[in-house]
Amino acid sequence: MNRFIQIALLVVFGITTFVAMSSTYTVNEVEQVIITQFGKPIGEPVTTAGLKVKVPFVQEVNPIDKRILEWDGNPSDMPTKDKLYISVDLFARWRITDPLQYFLRLRDERSAQSRLDDILGSETRNAVAKHELIEIIRTTKNRVPLRDALLTDAEKDLKMGLLVPIQKGRKLVEEEIFTAAAEKVRVFGIELLDIRFKRINYNESVRPKIYDRMISERRQIAERFLSEGNGEAARIRGNRVRDLNKAQSEAYRQVEEIRGVADAKASEIYAKAYNQSPQSVGFYEFTRTMQSYKSIIGENTTLVLSTGSDLFKFLKKMAPDGVTVPASSARGK
Amino acid sequence: MSTQDGSGGGGNPWGGGGNSGGGNNPGPDVEDIVRQGQDRLKSMIPGGSPKGIIIIAIAVLAGLGAWTSYYTVPSDSVAVVQRFGAYLKEVPPGLHFKLPLGVDDATIVPVKRQLKQEFGFTTPGARDPYQRSRTRNGARESQKLETQMVTGDLNAALVEWVVQYRISEPVKFLFEVREPSETLRYVSESVMREVVGDRTVDEVITIGRQEIETEALTKMQALSTKYAMGISIDQVQLKNINPPEPVQDSFNEVNQAQQEKEKLINEARRDYNKVIPLAEGEKDQRIREADGYRLKRINEAQGDVARFTALFAEYTKAPEVTLRRIYIETLQEVMPAIRSKVIVDEATRGILPFLNLDSQNLGAQQAGTPKKERP
Repeated sequence: MNRFIQIALLVVFGITTFVAMSSTYTVNEVEQVIITQFGKPIGEPVTTAGLKVKVPFVQEVNPIDKRILEWDGNPSDMPTKDKLYISVDLFARWRITDPLQYFLRLRDERSAQSRLDDILGSETRNAVAKHELIEIIRTTKNRVPLRDALLTDAEKDLKMGLLVPIQKGRKLVEEEIFTAAAEKVRVFGIELLDIRFKRINYNESVRPKIYDRMISERRQIAERFLSEGNGEAARIRGNRVRDLNKAQSEAYRQVEEIRGVADAKASEIYAKAYNQSPQSVGFYEFTRTMQSYKSIIGENTTLVLSTGSDLFKFLKKMAPDGVTVPASSARGK
Repeated sequence: MSTQDGSGGGGNPWGGGGNSGGGNNPGPDVEDIVRQGQDRLKSMIPGGSPKGIIIIAIAVLAGLGAWTSYYTVPSDSVAVVQRFGAYLKEVPPGLHFKLPLGVDDATIVPVKRQLKQEFGFTTPGARDPYQRSRTRNGARESQKLETQMVTGDLNAALVEWVVQYRISEPVKFLFEVREPSETLRYVSESVMREVVGDRTVDEVITIGRQEIETEALTKMQALSTKYAMGISIDQVQLKNINPPEPVQDSFNEVNQAQQEKEKLINEARRDYNKVIPLAEGEKDQRIREADGYRLKRINEAQGDVARFTALFAEYTKAPEVTLRRIYIETLQEVMPAIRSKVIVDEATRGILPFLNLDSQNLGAQQAGTPKKERP
């Protein structure tokens, strides 16, 4: 008997606990709850967090996230207006604003995500196909790029270091996609908060062409540098020859001028002294001739002199006579 | 339930610190443990009475309650406490108590820790799963995808960067956005591409790095405020920025060409410098030498003239004697040096044939010709 009561108590305790547990539920801060009775939603969604009460066994708790949720699209390839294949990866943020609607139309998040995939995917394709690639790459219309001071000369001529001009820009394209998609997802009780391009890239098949273009652009610059270097070097070498000739010829000219002046001056001095009278002219001639003998007549000179010469006339006779003009009989050979 | 589990794991970038998702419905876990414990006890005490089972059950519950009624918050974190899922309070570091058995749930959020996210590369050994990119198809491949960007002049570049951030508002971080850290990754990638997309490849690779960091930081901060993620971004740092692999060689070519240009110019300058200053010096040398010649000529002329004038003055006093004296003195000086002297009588004729002029000429040619030219 005692043992029966004990078992009965245990059973009652167990049942009570079970009923208590299935008639209460907690709502987390991050979620809202829809109560369903045999699968049919009952009453308004519960949006405040805390411990709540429901009818046990019959009613079921369906938690739905209240936070801002993310949608991360798969990268997909699509053509732009300028026929470039690019791979676009988007992300969006969304929120369940009408949980009842959401619950009825989609039931769980997986179907919500796949609906977003479809809608955002097609809107993205539409928007991308309507715009040229640069419109979804660039954002600010009037930005003037910085340019490397070193590169400027080469690049200005090559029209490099410039941004491709745009009409709208990334922000506006994003907005177009957003506006179109937000409208379409509203029926699911979903509010689209915003969408942004995460990755935009050249498709694998386009890449080699892009790389080729980049390589040819770089090569151009490299060649430009080389030819600038060679040109400048040639200029300097030209300067070298010019300056060398200039220095040498100037030196020659000045040297000759100075020597000319010197010779003229010396001539003037000599002439002035020797030309003072006819007597001085004769005396100059005599002394200068005498002086020249010293250098003209050397060791190997054979001198044939006659006894009639002024020097040897005394070999024949002693008496000096009045010879006035010596010289002339001495002959150098 | 699947979303709940996902959110619980996702909200904890520090890995296993708290148990936020479980707070919603802790029943199954506790029941499992209790049931397991009961089973084990039953097997340990064969044939035990129901009373004993009740006592053991109560003891286990009490133990479990005691075990789940306290928690410690590390010094770099705060704990966010939820009661039956509803937000209750924020708790500072230290030892704290809570209502046990899943009534209260404390989530530890490391608010003071500097967190970072790496894009395009990974530091090995990082424990934060959001520090690196999610690997969908291989770590290497997803890193490569992360770095590839298109620049504003439609070139391609590979950009690696780091975002340093902290959790500034734990309540927002936990309750506003489902995947704040993953969202931050999206935001960061999106903003970086936006900023790079507005720049030329040269700006991205060389001159514009600083500007990119600043602008990306500003834009990321604005977005993280707008998204109410409870995250504050401190820094954006660019790491390696390279042109795509196939193009790298040609970028190097440009650098080399730039160096080559400098080299060519410098070599030409070297040649110039080697020659021109020397030529200038030589020019000056020659001018100075000419100047010397001028001085020499004039001084010599003046000397000669002075000597002549002096002599001439004496000559005019006694012309004949002076002439004779000079003549004889000169010949006296000149004659001794002459090896062959022939003195003939005035009357003698036809002597020349007897002189052996040939041999003397030969000798003269052999030894003496240059001497004749001596000044």
